[in-house]
Amino acid sequence: MRRENAEPRRSPHRLRAFVPGLGHLALGHTGRGVRLMLFSVATIFLVVWRWDRFIDAFSTPFLDRWLASIFLILMLAGVIWYSLRDVGRIQQSAGEERRGKSPWAVAMRRFRENRLAVYSIYIIILFYALAILAPILTPYDPAAIPDVMANRYLPPSGDHLFGTDEFGRDLFSRALYGARVSLSIGLLAMIIAKTIGTLYGSVAAYFGGTVDNVLMRIVDVWIAFPTFYLMLMLVGVFEANIVVLVLILGLTAWPGTARFIRGEILSLKNQAFTESARAIGLPAHLIIVRHLIPSALSPVLVTAALAVAGMIGAEAGLSYLGLGIRPPTPSWGNMVAAGKDNLLNAWWVAFFPGGLLTLTLISFSLLADGLRDALDPKALMQKYV
Amino acid sequence: MLLSVRDLRSAFFLDEGELWAVDGISFDVEAGETVGLVGESGCGKTIVALSILDLIPHPGRVVSGRVLFEGRDLLRLPPEEMRKVRGAGIGIIFQEAAAALNPVYRIGNQIADVIRLHRGLARRDAWSEAVKVLAAMGIPEPEKRARSYPFELSGGMKQRAMIAIAMAGRPKLLIADEPTTALDLTVQAEISDLLRQIQDEYRMAILIISHDLELVADMADRTMVMYTGRLVETADTKELVGEPMHPYTQGLIGAIPVLGAGSETPLQGIPGAVPDLLDLPSGCTFHPRCRLADDECKLEPPPLEDAAHRHQCACYKVRVQT
Amino acid sequence: MLKYIIKRLLLSVPLVLGIVTATFFIARLAPGDPMDMYLEPQRQRQVDPEVIELMRKRYGLDQPIHVQYVTWIKNVARGDFGESFRHRRPVRDIVAEAVPYTLQLTILALLLDALFGISLGIISAVKQYTKLDKTLTVGSLIVYAIPGFWLALMLIMLFSVNLGWFPTSQTRSMNYEDLTMIGKFLDRLWHLALPVFVLGIAGAAGTARYMRNRLLEVLNEEYIVAARARGFRERTVIVKHALRNALIPIVTIYGMSLPFLLGGATIIETIFAWPGMGRLTVAAVGGRDYPIIMATTTIAALLTVLGNLLADVTYAAVDPRVSYDAPRKR
Ligand SMILES: Nc1ncnc2c1ncn2[C@@H]1O[C@H](COP(=O)(O)OP(=O)(O)OP(=O)(O)O)[C@@H](O)[C@H]1O
Ligand code: SF4
Ligand SMILES: [Mg+2]
Repeated sequence: MRRENAEPRRSPHRLRAFVPGLGHLALGHTGRGVRLMLFSVATIFLVVWRWDRFIDAFSTPFLDRWLASIFLILMLAGVIWYSLRDVGRIQQSAGEERRGKSPWAVAMRRFRENRLAVYSIYIIILFYALAILAPILTPYDPAAIPDVMANRYLPPSGDHLFGTDEFGRDLFSRALYGARVSLSIGLLAMIIAKTIGTLYGSVAAYFGGTVDNVLMRIVDVWIAFPTFYLMLMLVGVFEANIVVLVLILGLTAWPGTARFIRGEILSLKNQAFTESARAIGLPAHLIIVRHLIPSALSPVLVTAALAVAGMIGAEAGLSYLGLGIRPPTPSWGNMVAAGKDNLLNAWWVAFFPGGLLTLTLISFSLLADGLRDALDPKALMQKYV
Repeated sequence: MLLSVRDLRSAFFLDEGELWAVDGISFDVEAGETVGLVGESGCGKTIVALSILDLIPHPGRVVSGRVLFEGRDLLRLPPEEMRKVRGAGIGIIFQEAAAALNPVYRIGNQIADVIRLHRGLARRDAWSEAVKVLAAMGIPEPEKRARSYPFELSGGMKQRAMIAIAMAGRPKLLIADEPTTALDLTVQAEISDLLRQIQDEYRMAILIISHDLELVADMADRTMVMYTGRLVETADTKELVGEPMHPYTQGLIGAIPVLGAGSETPLQGIPGAVPDLLDLPSGCTFHPRCRLADDECKLEPPPLEDAAHRHQCACYKVRVQT
Repeated sequence: MLKYIIKRLLLSVPLVLGIVTATFFIARLAPGDPMDMYLEPQRQRQVDPEVIELMRKRYGLDQPIHVQYVTWIKNVARGDFGESFRHRRPVRDIVAEAVPYTLQLTILALLLDALFGISLGIISAVKQYTKLDKTLTVGSLIVYAIPGFWLALMLIMLFSVNLGWFPTSQTRSMNYEDLTMIGKFLDRLWHLALPVFVLGIAGAAGTARYMRNRLLEVLNEEYIVAARARGFRERTVIVKHALRNALIPIVTIYGMSLPFLLGGATIIETIFAWPGMGRLTVAAVGGRDYPIIMATTTIAALLTVLGNLLADVTYAAVDPRVSYDAPRKR
């Protein structure tokens, strides 16, 4: 019965399929259709609205503006590609029940049922998109200092969404540029920390014996330091610019991962499949890469989300103290610091960048929580990972 | 009648679906009688025991049925009354003493707590009573052992300690869920001796649960055979072992060297494995493993019916034969 | 017990040595001559090269690095961290003034953490599958994620600036000297309220989550079913049989939370002008006052080791399964 009913729907008009969302609407997937449409309309609106900047970007020498424009194009291409593929998939599986039983399918389903985690992902993607698109979006030049006397400390309004600071700069524009700094530092530092930690832990676990012993004693010492003290010491030793700061954050935060990965691998190491891999004659490093690291991947994913939050928070803390990213380069941390002495008269200076920061950190931790629930519902949260 | 279970059904409500661990079971236990419940691992024996005490963990619960203990339905008892039944009316010992003893309290305290709760003794009296119970369970140096923590005892001692806790409330019915499974062979013998001694000495009813038909046959007056949440055969133990009717029971007995030796079929187990309770075969759930199965068996589950005097069986072929 | 403690102490000696070594070498990682750092603040004054040489001698910087290293270890062992570049006073004195303030802050924060964390965690676990549990769980995740400095500023804005309930910073009121003993004590608490809250609340959120999960784990144990089967009240089952088991590992968690508290305290102390180790360190980093940075970092790490040690000893004391003779396996 159902199959026959589905038959006429099988080939929605080709053109309809190319307008993102229309295909879904035709197939009765209203929610997703409307969302896809809204998304593409918003993207097109952006292009039209900021057409000058969008086009100019290709003739300027600034990489970030060029990237922003390319990103917009990719966004459009992406949504069309996705909706085409998704429509195809829906048509193929029309009538069949779509309940995959593979662990990944189950995990995906669990994750999607966790509304907070899904919203968090949306927020995180939105913030990263805003950060990349900052040159196209921002109404004002973040560094421009207009007539200071006329513009300083303007409260939030239609002209200045987040108000202005003591130099009359537009805080919304600065917050978007601050997002680029904070979000990219967080991501990069996390990648560095996880990569080093994973490699280090794997090496220690795989070779065992003295190597393991020496490596893990180093980790013990490293972990004994309160991380933030280590960071403070390092920013004191090195002149902090963005690159150095990323390195400092990444290099202080790896030992936890190393210890965790080592433990994970040690438990996997004894399992049968490693034996069989060895029996086939795979070399040591291949055994690690092929078998052990993928098995430890899901916990690493969860901690990665937490680590990005940790790194963003640490960067913000250092910048707040005036020891990280320094003005005039905006970062959420130093923007909050700029407003801290004028809470009474100009609360918005500290409130908005800190609010964005808070929202980001909360999203990452809800995301991590959702991932953990989805990937490994039995595992219980450690207080600190 | 001490205990009457009627149409008991208990399920776990899981993400993957409903799991009916106990699917319509009825049986009786008379005062002073020993009844055995056998079946392969995972067929729902423990859940029967937990259903009687209404202690199934989330996401499971007793869905329907009645558990009449001394004439009162335990499933509809107010919590306050139910607590009196637990421990004082019905005692239970679990498969793994190591897991069922609280690791951070001394053995003596765990026994004394039960004594104080159900017999209202003062702290000090309860302690010396606890030592006495330990001694009665054949524990050497009971005073010293009372002061031990569970991790300081050997497996057999832990099992004895757990039996002591169950006996401390002087229950009328003792449920022994796999009392020997986790133990070494020699210790197994000691524990079943202890259970028999309790049986003789205290004249209490015992519901002994095990996958080990030999152990059950050794102790029980009557034996019930369970498969995928249902009873498939019940009879006096002698008759069940001597003249098993249900193909599953025959298979179980055939797998045991001593018991199976007399029968004409050569020593053999049951082919195949216990089915997944989430994905049960249709009709008689035993049919994929049954040598007598035909198309009739795949349609409806066979009811448990009288097949001989005090002998019930759930199999189409058996009914046809008689 | 005493033997166990001594054993644990001896076991931490290599760790302490590692810490002291690491601090030294990180500080020496700095590109260029350490003396530059010392001179930087006064570079305007064009220091005489001869004076520089003298200074170099005075701080032992003319020696080869391994000699400097040995000197550093020896001095640290004697509790001597040299002289502050900035304050021209022994670092030991400066740090000794700051540490008690930091301890006041962190210990109170730890108490708050335990009080709220453990009780909310228990409530959450006991009320599993209810709205309350959901709210507490999500709420604690959110609180855990809020950056301390922003929370501090917002609380200052609300409670200090707008409502005037709490002081914005400092350790005491103007009239502190005139107050009675009790008055002084209350005055100190009043000044501690906001910083302790900000510092402790994130930890409390973490503890609540941990406690909840731990208790749920324990409630799933067979000995809990067994306890219910003996006829104990649900309250007895939870308080007597589950809680004790669930609380034991919390002790270790507290040992682990010390570095986070100390790290967090740096920013909080700076915001509330609380004259502790954290503020001292931040100021020293800003002013490149190396001896102080090295001293506070070392001490922070040593406090962490001490915290872990205390946690292990407490653990051994509360868990009957730990025998004092064998070091606990990790
Ligand atoms: N907590 C639980 N959650 C979900 N399913 C459960 C739970 N406990 C038991 N089950 C399911 O209920 C079924 C019956 O379990 P039960 O423990 O009663 O088996 P058993 O006959 O006692 O087996 P064993 O000999 O292994 O103890 C099993 O298939 C098991 O999968
Ligand atoms: S009913 Fe059929 S399948 Fe079931 S036991 Fe009897 S013969 Fe075998
Ligand atoms: Mg069982």
